[in-house]
Amino acid sequence: MSDASLSALAAQLAAKQVSSRELAQQYLDRIATLNPSINAFITLDADKTLAEAAVADALIAAGKAGPLTGVPIAHKDIFCTDGWLTTCGSKMLHNFVAPYDAHVIQRFKAAGMPSLGKTNMDEFAMGSSNETSYFGAVKNPWNTTYVPGGSSGGAAACVAARMAPAATGTDTGGSIRQPAALCGITGLKPTYGLVSRFGMIAFASSLDQAGPMAPSAKDCALLLNVMTGFDPNDSTSLEREKEDYTRDLDQPLTGLRVGLPREFFAEGLNNEVATAVEAAIAELKKLGATTVEISLANSKLAIPVYYVLAPAEASSNLSRFDGVRYGYRAPEYTNLDDMYCKTRAQGFGAEVKRRIMIGAYVLSHGYYDAYYLQAQKIRRLIADDFSAAFKTCDVILGPTAPGTAFKLGEKSDDPVEMYLNDLYTIPANLAGLPGMSLPCGFDAKGLPIGLQLVGNYFSEAKMLNVAHQFQRATDWHKRLPPQGEASGARSEG
Amino acid sequence: MSLSPDDVKRIARLARIEIDDVQAQATQGQLNTIFDLIATMQAVDTSGIAPMAHAQEVTQRLRADIVTETDRHAAFQAVAPAVENDLYLVPKVIE
Repeated sequence: MSDASLSALAAQLAAKQVSSRELAQQYLDRIATLNPSINAFITLDADKTLAEAAVADALIAAGKAGPLTGVPIAHKDIFCTDGWLTTCGSKMLHNFVAPYDAHVIQRFKAAGMPSLGKTNMDEFAMGSSNETSYFGAVKNPWNTTYVPGGSSGGAAACVAARMAPAATGTDTGGSIRQPAALCGITGLKPTYGLVSRFGMIAFASSLDQAGPMAPSAKDCALLLNVMTGFDPNDSTSLEREKEDYTRDLDQPLTGLRVGLPREFFAEGLNNEVATAVEAAIAELKKLGATTVEISLANSKLAIPVYYVLAPAEASSNLSRFDGVRYGYRAPEYTNLDDMYCKTRAQGFGAEVKRRIMIGAYVLSHGYYDAYYLQAQKIRRLIADDFSAAFKTCDVILGPTAPGTAFKLGEKSDDPVEMYLNDLYTIPANLAGLPGMSLPCGFDAKGLPIGLQLVGNYFSEAKMLNVAHQFQRATDWHKRLPPQGEASGARSEG
Repeated sequence: MSLSPDDVKRIARLARIEIDDVQAQATQGQLNTIFDLIATMQAVDTSGIAPMAHAQEVTQRLRADIVTETDRHAAFQAVAPAVENDLYLVPKVIE
C-alpha cells in the first residue's frame, strides 16, 4: 500500500477496496513510526486529516469522485491552510493559524485530496539543506546523518520514506528539484505563472513557483492537472486553456532532441553524478533520442544574479513581519521602532536575516544600478541563452545538483558553499522555465542522484513524457530507502 | 568592496533588525563573502541590455471596480499579537 502510485491508489479507492479514511490512517500510522527519526512534518492533525478523508469518502460514495479523490497528500508549510498552523519554518510564524486557504490548497481540497499534514522546510524557503528550519533539520531517509536538501526538504523526505504518496513543494531557486534529487524522488517546477501563488507565503515573487513532488513523473502529471489554472487573486497567474499533463506520457521518444549544456558538465560536478547522468543519456538514446551540445554561457552568473534579485525581493516581502498583525512579537520593547527591530531580530533566523540585509543593501540609495539593475540585465542574458538553445533542442538535460546529499552540519557555516548547490537549478527560475528532477542512480554511499530536465515555456507535458519513458525503462524511482523497505509492500500502477 | 561593521549596522537598521556589536562583526564576514560572489557580476558588459524584471511579459490585469471582499476582520485579527476594539495595538507613537 505505502508504495503504490497515485493512479493505483485512486483505482483502489474507486473499486472500494479501501476507503480514504483507511488509506489516510495507514499513512498516519506510517508517519507515527518513521517521522520521529526524519522530522519531515511540522504539524500533524489526525482528526482534521480523517475528517477531510471522510469528505472524500462521501464524494466517492456519491459518484462524484475525480481522478485523485481520496488520495492523501502532504503540504509544504509555506501554504496557508485554513485552521492549520502555517509556520513557513519560522519562529516568526510559530503561532500563526492561517485564516484562509492558499489557492493550491483550495484546488487539492476541491479534488477531494485530504491533507496528511504540513511539511518541514527551510525558514521562509531560504536554504538548500533544511537546516535553517526553526523546527529542526529534516533527515534524509536514505541516511539520517545526511541532509534531504531544501527548501522543500520535508516534502521530499516524506515522499521518499513513503510517509505520503505525494507532496506539494515550492521552487524559487531549486527548492523542489534539489531536495527531490537528494531524496530520490520526482519533482517538477512549472513554468512561472501556471500555478497561483495566492496564499503561498512569498519569498521572491518573480521567481517563486509551486509544483508537485511524488515518486514518479506520472504521479507529478496527475498532480499538475490539479494544481494549475488561472486565479484572479494572483496578478501573475496566466490565463491559459486547461491542459491535461498526462496526454503525452506514452509518446515514444523517437527523434527527441536532447540539449546538453556544456557548462553543466564542467568543473565542480561530482564524478559519480556525472557518470549517472551519462548513463541516463545513453538510456534516452536507446529510446530514440538524439543529443545536441548547447551552450548556456551566462548560466555561471546565475548564482550572483540570484543572490541579488531573490534577497532584494525577500527584503520587501518580509517587511510585513513586524509583530503587528500576525505571528511573533518580542515580549519587551521601549517603543514602536524598538518593537519592530526586536521582533525581527528574535523572530527571524540567521540565514533569513542575512538575506534581508543583502536585499536592503542592494536596493539602498547609490547601489541600485550596480547591483539590482545589473542583475536584472544579466537575468535577460541568461533567459536569452535558453531561447537560443531551444532553437536546436526539445528539452535540456543535465544534473540537478553538483553532488549528492551532504552531511548535516557540513555546509551550514558557509553560506556561499551552501548556495553553490543550486548552480544548475537557478537558471530555470531566472528565465521562468519549467524544470524537473528525477532519480537516475545512486552514489557509492547509496545516496540518490538526480537528473534534471529543463523545458521550454509551457512544455511540461513534453518533459513529463521524457521522464515517464525514462522511468518505464529504469527502476531508480522505485527504489526505497532502508526504513521504507522494512514495511512497504510493493504494488505497481 | 568590503563592508565595515558600521555598514552592517546601517543595513540592519534599514532592515529594522536589532544587531549588537558582536553580531555585526560576525555578519560582516559572511556578508563580505557573499558580496565577493556577487561582485563577479560586475565584469559583464550589459550596455544596451534591457533589464528583465519578470519571467513573463504580461501587463497587470484590471478588474471591475466592485467590492469583492467580505468583512473578515474578526478572523484576521484573531491571529494578531494584540487587538482591542477591533484595532491593532502597538506602543504609543504620539505623546
